Amino acid sequence: MAILVLAEHDNVSLKSDTAKVVSAATAIGGDIHLLVAGADCGAAVTAAQALAGVSKVLVADSAEYGAQLAENLSKLVVELAADYEHILAAASSIGKDTLPRVAALLDVAQISEVIDVVSSDTFVRPIYAGNALATVQSLDAKKVMTVRSSAFDAVASTGSAETVNLSQVITARTEFVSQALTESARPELGNAGIIVSGGRGMGSGENFAILEQLADKLGAAVGASRAAVDAGFVPNDLQVGQTGKIVAPDLYIAVGISGAIQHLAGMKDSKVIVAINKDPEAPIFQVADYGLVADLFEAVPALNNLV
Amino acid sequence: MKVLVPVKRVVDANVKVRVKADNTNVDTTNLKMALNPFCEIAVEEAVRLKEAGIATEVVVVSVGAKVVQEQLRTAMALGADRAIHIETDEDLVPLSIAKLLKAVQEKEQAQLIIFGKQSIDGDNNQTGQMLAALTDMPQATFASEVKLDGEKVTVTREIDGGLQTLSMPLPAIVTVDLRLNEPRYASLPNIMKAKRKPLDTLAVADLGVSLKAHQTVLKVTPPVDRKAGIMVSSVEELVEKLKNEAKVI
Repeated sequence: MAILVLAEHDNVSLKSDTAKVVSAATAIGGDIHLLVAGADCGAAVTAAQALAGVSKVLVADSAEYGAQLAENLSKLVVELAADYEHILAAASSIGKDTLPRVAALLDVAQISEVIDVVSSDTFVRPIYAGNALATVQSLDAKKVMTVRSSAFDAVASTGSAETVNLSQVITARTEFVSQALTESARPELGNAGIIVSGGRGMGSGENFAILEQLADKLGAAVGASRAAVDAGFVPNDLQVGQTGKIVAPDLYIAVGISGAIQHLAGMKDSKVIVAINKDPEAPIFQVADYGLVADLFEAVPALNNLV
Repeated sequence: MKVLVPVKRVVDANVKVRVKADNTNVDTTNLKMALNPFCEIAVEEAVRLKEAGIATEVVVVSVGAKVVQEQLRTAMALGADRAIHIETDEDLVPLSIAKLLKAVQEKEQAQLIIFGKQSIDGDNNQTGQMLAALTDMPQATFASEVKLDGEKVTVTREIDGGLQTLSMPLPAIVTVDLRLNEPRYASLPNIMKAKRKPLDTLAVADLGVSLKAHQTVLKVTPPVDRKAGIMVSSVEELVEKLKNEAKVI
């Protein structure tokens, strides 16, 4: 039977998470349909049509879906669910908000943060902040799951799926009030090939400027540990870890980060990890491919000059 | 207004768990257990609502073996008024827990239900959303600010890319993020007082909920260990390694 993937988008651009979730759907095998629910989301639909492996794009374009609220989005997905055996979304803030509602309405368990597809009913997911991997077999008729996008490669944009316009308009009692997004010219954390992250050792928000300079030179995104976020150095959405973003870039440079379990959960699948810390006993050195014991205020500017 | 706070007993956040040799589960014997950090934040928020004169009663509820009463007592020492323990030795999926909580909510009729956004053991991030679906309540997940105004709750949420504010009619469900508040410590007098606060124990059967098996955990394995890296002695050496050995810059 077919697979329904909830597209991740902001009404204008389709997020790369979607191409990665489609990749997970391809691993399950079956006809893949993409649901784009939003308001004036034509550009996202066009991008969705191009994803390789997608045969149909279902479009629910209405002001009611503009903010992508879980309350009505979940009901829309449930109305479509009869035709699908698998329902997938990225383990993003929208996917995590919406899919458990879908699962509960369908009376099935949800499998969260899938990192590997073993078969059409068996999946691998991390538990205990990534310190164990559970292989879970679903006994439910429908499999509802969120996919950790950092664990899958994006599919190419070589397809040409047909579109089907949906007529369902479901209203929510939840009211969208406002949104404040962090503006940045740097790549998104989830997509970046290189991430430069700072922790408590940065000392202040102003000091993050040296990391930003390095990031700009490397074309990298800037991340942070919880300590740096809690201290108000940088906004919350830069947090990497068990409860923040889970990333797996080619290169992760951890600066002034001790390496608590919760932080490692968010970045230990990076291909190459570099740690710069003045404490030689910091746990981050146990996962770092290259460690440098040094004062970051000397090492980071020196690094900036050399790259 | 009554506030209901579901809480969970988990392995302490600072403990690094190990997978059992037979790969059936993680080994939790003799590990330090605690109230899930997100649940602590949920309790704190409910208690602050009571202190602000908005909530009249804070009820905590937990599903699990008899030992979860320790965490219910902790929640009461932090300021909850009473506790409900749904006793079961089975390891339930979030959907089953949400069904049990729905039965509790039908009796309690709380106006606001505050959850932690996820437990740090299962890392599911599902139960609050599922209860919201089962009770057809509006939800605001990953809250970093909660404001009550008459029959409405306005919540600022942490989303990918920034913050979002939603407003919902009560009754509603809120799941909390780390940034919402700084939980207090329980004082010794409050710990003593909590021992005398009411704690009701219910069996799953008492709630008239039928639960079914949804999944089987085939195995639990340790993640692949990273190879030990090398220590470099200078920034020059680091750049040289990244360029020529790892070839990532």
